Amino acid sequence: MPNPAISENVLIRASHISIQFEDRQILQDINMQVNQGSIVTLIGPNGAGKTTLVRIILGLLQPDSGTVWKAPGLKIGYMPQRLQIEPNLPITVKRFLMLTGIKDARAIQELLDELRISHLKDQQLRNVSGGELQRVLLCRALLRRPSLMILDEPAQGVDVTGQAELYQLIVRMAQQYSCGILMISHDLHLVMSATDEVVCLNHHICCHGKPEHVSTDPAYLDLFGVNAMNDIAVYTHNHNHSHDITGNVVTESRETDDG
Amino acid sequence: MMADFILYALIAGLSLALVAGPLGSFVVWRRMSYFGDTLAHSALLGIALGILLNLNLQFSIIVICLIVAIFLIFLEKQKAVAIDTLLGILAHSTLAIGVVVLSISNTAQINLEAYLFGELLTIATWDLVWVVVASALIMAVLFLFWNQFLSVTVHEELASIEGVNVNRLRYLLIILMALITAVAMKIVGVLLITSLLIIPPAAARQVAKSPEQMAIIASALGCFSVVVGLFAAFRADTPVGPSIVVVATVTFFVLYFFSNSSQQN
Repeated sequence: MPNPAISENVLIRASHISIQFEDRQILQDINMQVNQGSIVTLIGPNGAGKTTLVRIILGLLQPDSGTVWKAPGLKIGYMPQRLQIEPNLPITVKRFLMLTGIKDARAIQELLDELRISHLKDQQLRNVSGGELQRVLLCRALLRRPSLMILDEPAQGVDVTGQAELYQLIVRMAQQYSCGILMISHDLHLVMSATDEVVCLNHHICCHGKPEHVSTDPAYLDLFGVNAMNDIAVYTHNHNHSHDITGNVVTESRETDDG
Repeated sequence: MMADFILYALIAGLSLALVAGPLGSFVVWRRMSYFGDTLAHSALLGIALGILLNLNLQFSIIVICLIVAIFLIFLEKQKAVAIDTLLGILAHSTLAIGVVVLSISNTAQINLEAYLFGELLTIATWDLVWVVVASALIMAVLFLFWNQFLSVTVHEELASIEGVNVNRLRYLLIILMALITAVAMKIVGVLLITSLLIIPPAAARQVAKSPEQMAIIASALGCFSVVVGLFAAFRADTPVGPSIVVVATVTFFVLYFFSNSSQQN
């Protein structure tokens, strides 16, 4: 059992998590934690067990061994990877948000305004497009005023221009509501600068630490290749790209594509 | 002056239609129609066993439906047979076993057709009380847990993280399904129970803008089908259960074409 005395500002801590599906070891002895107000990014190749780890931390899945300790009264806001809406279920964005049990119309309206999606309020959820749908999901997660946000590839299905904006929004909202963040992301170049700690996962934790540190770690380079390092280098020095009148961004062609 | 048996039939049919709207909406949203079929067909097995063991029929229907439902939840976790195949096997085997058991139970004058297609016009006072009480109970549970049921249906994981007890709701829904099967049995019979659960919501879907609208419109369309079906059956001397389902189907197609042609513009 973790010592509560040293966990004053720890929001959640996973200790010695292991799980295996059939004969495959998916996670092995994972230890990690998220502190109040900090941003932890989970990276790793496909099939590395990232989503499994997040599901265990969320309490949706029981590990074979290990424990997840949560700060007393911890409220988690979760943003799933994708939302599939049953076509036979008519539901507006506003009603979807009210599924949280929060019926305070003003609180909902304020958050919608902040996320700049109030025009979607009365639209059918099914007709909301990728980038805007992610904002709706973010809105639902934030609505309960969580102290920890868990995001599973929040920018999936969002176009390139929207991605940077979405990450900025997530970070800003997290600061505003002073909550910690645990997120899975493939978009290293976009999240690295805001991240306090990177955890590089491939069934076990390969390396973890500050982004600058991790991006030069041999274990990380092994997993993602040298190009990934350049990726980060390029983007951290290229924040202020501009858009032309049609909204296009001129980007360097990227050779790594292990999406 | 309306004859008692028509009044009874009307009250029973309307109570069922009222709850079938919201409950049936969940069947549609959660894609449980195969599951509903399986429960409905196993109701016949419940009747057969009830007759054989001399039990109260409503009671034995509910018990058998619950056993089959729990069996299904358990079997859902296995991977050897796909779930729809499994449902297909169970739905038809319980029906077949039911018919076989009924035929060997050797009780005089079992009217199989009444069980298969309903016997609304011969509904007795106690049956009516049972139908009304059970319907009211289902309605109360749906009303009380509406938001939670809806949340679980839209996104189970989000609901769970937001503190909804997902498993409890799943079992609750199954109990409601078993209960409505036992009720609807009397009215439309084993073979048509699912149709009453899914046709009105499917019709309502064509015009509804919210889950609540869909449930309410489905209830209204169900009631309309009961009233029109009942009187048409009485006039034309056709079986009541199937007549109600025919009317419901007509409302579905009317709304379907109405809404899809108005969307073209």
